[in-house]
Amino acid sequence: MEKPLTKHIKPDGSQLNLKNFVQDGGYEPVRKVLKGMSPAEVIDVVVASNLLGRGGGGFSAGKKWSFVTTDKEREPSRYLICNADEMEPGTFKDRMLMEENPHQLIAGMIISSYAIQADKSYIFLRWAYKKSETVLRKAIAEAYEAGFLGKNILGSGYDLELYLHTSAGRYICGEETGLINSLEGKRATPRDKPPFPAISGLFGKPTVVNNVETLSCVPHIIENGADWFRSISLTGEGGTKLYGVSGRVKNPGIWELPLGATMREIIEQHAGGMMDGYKFRGALPGGASTDFIIEEHMDIPLDFASLVPVGSRLGTGTLIILDDKTCPVAFLHNLEKFFAKESCGWCTPCREGLPWVEKILESIENGTGKEKDIETLKFHTWYCGPGHTFCAHAPGAMEPLQSGLKYFHDDFMQHINEKHCPWRS
Amino acid sequence: MLTEQEKKEIEEEVKHYPYPGVACLDALKIVQAHRGWVADDAVRDIADLLDISSEKVDGVATFYTRIYRKPVGRHVILICDSISCMIMGYEPVYKHISAKLGIHFGETTADNRFTLLPITCLGNCDQAPAMMIDNDLFNMITIENIDQIFEKYE
Repeated sequence: MEKPLTKHIKPDGSQLNLKNFVQDGGYEPVRKVLKGMSPAEVIDVVVASNLLGRGGGGFSAGKKWSFVTTDKEREPSRYLICNADEMEPGTFKDRMLMEENPHQLIAGMIISSYAIQADKSYIFLRWAYKKSETVLRKAIAEAYEAGFLGKNILGSGYDLELYLHTSAGRYICGEETGLINSLEGKRATPRDKPPFPAISGLFGKPTVVNNVETLSCVPHIIENGADWFRSISLTGEGGTKLYGVSGRVKNPGIWELPLGATMREIIEQHAGGMMDGYKFRGALPGGASTDFIIEEHMDIPLDFASLVPVGSRLGTGTLIILDDKTCPVAFLHNLEKFFAKESCGWCTPCREGLPWVEKILESIENGTGKEKDIETLKFHTWYCGPGHTFCAHAPGAMEPLQSGLKYFHDDFMQHINEKHCPWRS
Repeated sequence: MLTEQEKKEIEEEVKHYPYPGVACLDALKIVQAHRGWVADDAVRDIADLLDISSEKVDGVATFYTRIYRKPVGRHVILICDSISCMIMGYEPVYKHISAKLGIHFGETTADNRFTLLPITCLGNCDQAPAMMIDNDLFNMITIENIDQIFEKYE
């Protein structure tokens, strides 16, 4: 089984330095691109590889790049931004890639920047990732020193600056236009779209924002080709995926597996199954803003397309497991409290709707909820849903709620009828 | 008044950007790094230096959770209250810390040693519950190991 993203990583997880990475041939794809490929050829290969955005959106990375004009007379500068603001509850995959193999990300950023002819690139890093910050600062300095960044990279005539920017908190910075506003020193309120960042992004210039894992795939696609990338997945979507599991399993963690692995394989083979005394009730497949999947979905391939017919989505691919000793109402209350707190406050449905949802869930959890509250919650899953809000924050918040109301209806009713939480003594 | 050192550091950031206002968040971080928090007069001074309104600076300062507009203790304890840490039991640990220090989320101890705040997912979900004190990350925190962790922070 091929594991391109983690193949360079040392068994103890310690940071790969430049020397190790160069010896492993890690920068060869950069050389291959800068010495012999046109930007259009790079985009074509990545489009053909079917690399879909690993931050959760699942949009074709190559197509995103193709929307950017490379006509230097019309628009002299462009930006590439790496979204490293990992803050989706239950998600811990980009941290590993940055801490353990920073040069793979830098190589991916050089190639991706070249593809859109960007002259400046940024890593927008979550402030809390202190180890990632230290590791990346060292790796960026090494890459400049070795001539992989800066002026006239490897004698190709291509110039690229790479800056590390650390954030100051707030989940909404992960939304790409909120991230751009934050990078401009403003409140991270998302922007109206269109225009999309590919037309007008950072400082009004064409900008591409890609996730850490997405960019880390790019050097391997260049090295081995689009057909190879498509062949290492189990479905039509290219590549491998970092899948993770948290919650009451025996061996929580992160594993690189072919895209399309099933929940059964991930939980039973890799996470060691449920802890003794705990039963599986459901899972969020890719972070807090994805719909629940349950026992009957155990054998569905976890990729971008296969989860849609069962009402969910892959998101970040890091599963959060709900067990039988955790109250599903408390689980949802925790999620909605998070979403309410992290709303940027710009649009009314999100600013007012999410705190209301949270209060209702709190009252049900505390045994003071009414049957009518279920209807109010269902109304909100529509009212705060897609098309009614400025960005995807509130619709994301409604995903676990709408599926939770469906799958755990009896648990909600038990709280309401018995006037207390059955999980509390 | 901003100190000469603060001004120098802010002006260094301004050089990287197309216009000075972009350095707003950097300036707030610089002031906080020197003073621990950002007071009203600092907001006005940053606004003057960057040629933007003080309302805009305050709008940015109050948006971001890691900019403190109130004084904090010598050490800031951030306890992850997100879903994976809830499942794995951050609440009993929080209650223990809260009782031990005599403060709740959002408060500072009388001796100014600790400020206690909640934090969104720290990305250590496979080693939950997680906590940060200042820049240090702690995994799998328990009621039993908290006292030992706190000893290092005077």
